[in-house]
Amino acid sequence: MAGDPSPLLRLRVTFQKSEALRYTGHLDLHRAWERMLRRAGLPLAYSLGFHPQPRIQQACALPLGFTSREELIDIWLEQAAPVSDLEASLRRAAPPGLEILHVECVDLRAPALQTQVRAADYEACLLDPLPETSLQPRIDELLAAEALPRERRGKTYDLRPLIHELVLLPREENQELTRLQMRLSAREGATGRPEEVLAALDLDPLHTRIERIKLLFVS
Amino acid sequence: MQTSSHIKAELEKILLSVQKPGRYVGGELNQIVKDWNSVQTHVALIFPDLYDIGLPNLGLAILYDILNQREDVLAERAYSPWQDMEAALRNRHIPLYSLESKQPLAAFDILGFTLPYETLYTNVLNILDLAEIPIFASERTLDHPLVIAGGNATYNPEPMHAFIDAFVIGEGEEVIQDIVDAHQAWKASGESRAALMIDLSQISGVYVPSLYEESYHPDGTLAGFEKRDDRAPLPVTKRILGQLPPPTTRFLVPSVEVVHNRVAVEIMRGCTRGCRFCHAGMITRPVRERPVSQILEALDEAIKNTGYEEIALLSLSSSDYTNINDLVEAVSQRFDGRHLTITLPSLRIESFSAELMDRLKSSRPSGGFTLAPEAATERMRHIINKPVSTDQLMESVRAIYSRGWLTVKLYFMIGHPSETVEDVRAIADVCKAVLAEGRRIAGGRAKVNAGVSTFVPKPHTPFQWVSCDTVDQIRAKQELLKNELRHPNIKLTWTEPEDTLMEAWLSRGDRRLSEVIYRAWKKGAKFDAWGDQFRYPLWQEAFSEAQLDPAFYSHRPRDLAEHLPWEHIYAGVRRSYLVEQYRWSLEGRLRADCRDACVACGILPHFATLRRENPGIAWKCPEVSSRGKRPVGSGG
Repeated sequence: MAGDPSPLLRLRVTFQKSEALRYTGHLDLHRAWERMLRRAGLPLAYSLGFHPQPRIQQACALPLGFTSREELIDIWLEQAAPVSDLEASLRRAAPPGLEILHVECVDLRAPALQTQVRAADYEACLLDPLPETSLQPRIDELLAAEALPRERRGKTYDLRPLIHELVLLPREENQELTRLQMRLSAREGATGRPEEVLAALDLDPLHTRIERIKLLFVS
Repeated sequence: MQTSSHIKAELEKILLSVQKPGRYVGGELNQIVKDWNSVQTHVALIFPDLYDIGLPNLGLAILYDILNQREDVLAERAYSPWQDMEAALRNRHIPLYSLESKQPLAAFDILGFTLPYETLYTNVLNILDLAEIPIFASERTLDHPLVIAGGNATYNPEPMHAFIDAFVIGEGEEVIQDIVDAHQAWKASGESRAALMIDLSQISGVYVPSLYEESYHPDGTLAGFEKRDDRAPLPVTKRILGQLPPPTTRFLVPSVEVVHNRVAVEIMRGCTRGCRFCHAGMITRPVRERPVSQILEALDEAIKNTGYEEIALLSLSSSDYTNINDLVEAVSQRFDGRHLTITLPSLRIESFSAELMDRLKSSRPSGGFTLAPEAATERMRHIINKPVSTDQLMESVRAIYSRGWLTVKLYFMIGHPSETVEDVRAIADVCKAVLAEGRRIAGGRAKVNAGVSTFVPKPHTPFQWVSCDTVDQIRAKQELLKNELRHPNIKLTWTEPEDTLMEAWLSRGDRRLSEVIYRAWKKGAKFDAWGDQFRYPLWQEAFSEAQLDPAFYSHRPRDLAEHLPWEHIYAGVRRSYLVEQYRWSLEGRLRADCRDACVACGILPHFATLRRENPGIAWKCPEVSSRGKRPVGSGG
């Protein structure tokens, strides 16, 4: 019931964030989840205190403008129910652009999701046509560099160690646009940003469609 | 014309370069998208300000719902882009488009603007320009959409007459259907645009400005207002509903932050109080209420549909809703403990209001408790017909602080007719007295927020003849308040005098203001509601180029004999009633709430048939029994 301090269930939901929510940022997505749970009639747990906050934790913030094939979120509920029922309720209540892939229960004491993420895979699709031959040498050069000093919000950092992988994807049939795949570090305090990699390749991040493919966890 | 797929592809290249791109993409929960080609009539509903402000607008939400229920119609939305997006659109030659299907606005059959207030006017011009549609109604051809506008500001349509093909006067729920029907019939007929204008003018509540012309006396006042076509009605009377329909419950849920994130249900329309400054109170008569059960069902349904975290029960005067006790009781029982905020604005100044809000437990005490005395002296309260004694105010304040609220918000206005320094100083005195009461009850954490706006005389009210203060007068009064209210626990907010003046010119303007609006927009005026001071000189230049004196519109008492520029629009309230109320204000004479005894404002005789068709308590006006019989108090 409302005000019960001890949540009974912790759900881990895997979902997709697609085009309709592409320009919805991290905080707004948080609110979209809260509303979705209210529509689904699920008893979301709230923190105690003067301004109770919904107990929802996203694994890893997805930057504005990105879509994702696989995001994770933990949700604490005040009442237990069969997972299959919960999953069905969530699917019905999901807004456009959010598709539920999988729902499971996890231990209430399991570590916070955000502490478990170590890396993320991204695919970047370049909206402006580009001769394929011109990009590979730049990628080789970037990967060969010992350090890639870059500046972000007035701070200098080295991008190179944050790039685990960077490859040019083979062009599929009927696919005119150039696509890149990268695996970047996503640990707290050591997060690689795909648009920074694109900028380091002299590509305009604004003319790119970036999708997160998956999150990689420790253990 | 650009195709929607071209627009989509171009948009993708600019969206990440602008602030908050989620404003420009649509795709929200409960958005309705229909197949463009299988629908007969395409309507774009437009709020001429940012998405953040326009999305929560209840009027457009209702029309969106009503129109989309028709199989032969689709309704989509558009808002004003912010400056960065406007620059990006212009730079890449992307015309303004609808959020749902990304069709250019020029491809729609009807563009419907809502104009709740005057400072949106330049944004309308800007939107038409961004949509590549001629700004002047006279320049539109069969290739262009019909441009209509409704909303409270259109009760004086004249300043915008040159840009809007047809205005809706009054409530839009029914008339929008008639307009769509007329448009469909006209399209099938293959007739001229002029023929469409005649057809529209035959619909009750529709005003087509091109069918009329005006003339002026040498002193600039109106000499005459004539029809240019015999078929055009004169006056044009507002349209109202006999009964409020069940509320809209499928609200759009935005995916980005907007100003109000809530389910809004209008519990009652109209107000019986008769405050003489109040535009809404005069034009939204008669009072019609929704039954408690209908409101509850709608709230349930809407929360299920949206998942919103807030419920707002809207009306002009919530305390006057007949079954307010039952409503509050039922709402708190049903929604308590669900982490919802419930707001019940516009409560009367009485201790009972604190009790009501207290029962809506989830609603407290995050924000403050708002009271609107509007004036601080007994004399001024009699002039404006809002008789709340200071004792009553203090008693309410005690109840509020005692029940745990720490902040009391007080709304006042300066610039009421015949206001003196004493009336203004009294505002500061009342604020200080309220804070003292708060400190006595709640200690050092008690706060007072004083919101002091400036009165702008509005058409169709008993104060339509009075002068608005000048910038210097307003500034002097504001300085007095700022000096008097220097206390860390009193927060004073006010309206910049220049913003007040812009609103004052446009509120009581005539047809000549179309040229001023056009020139001001050409010079770069837009988002005039946003309080950027640099726009004021642009407006002054625009007046000067149009050889008009802004003070003629704002700072000039009108003679009672003057033909006012909006008098061909009839809000159902008689001129003689407004004159009487104006005279009473000069005598400081009060007029009682008309809920108990009809004061013959004119609404009832005009809508007698509608009242007869809707008997019982849904209306607050007296019942009309049989045809031909004069209703009680209809003399004068």
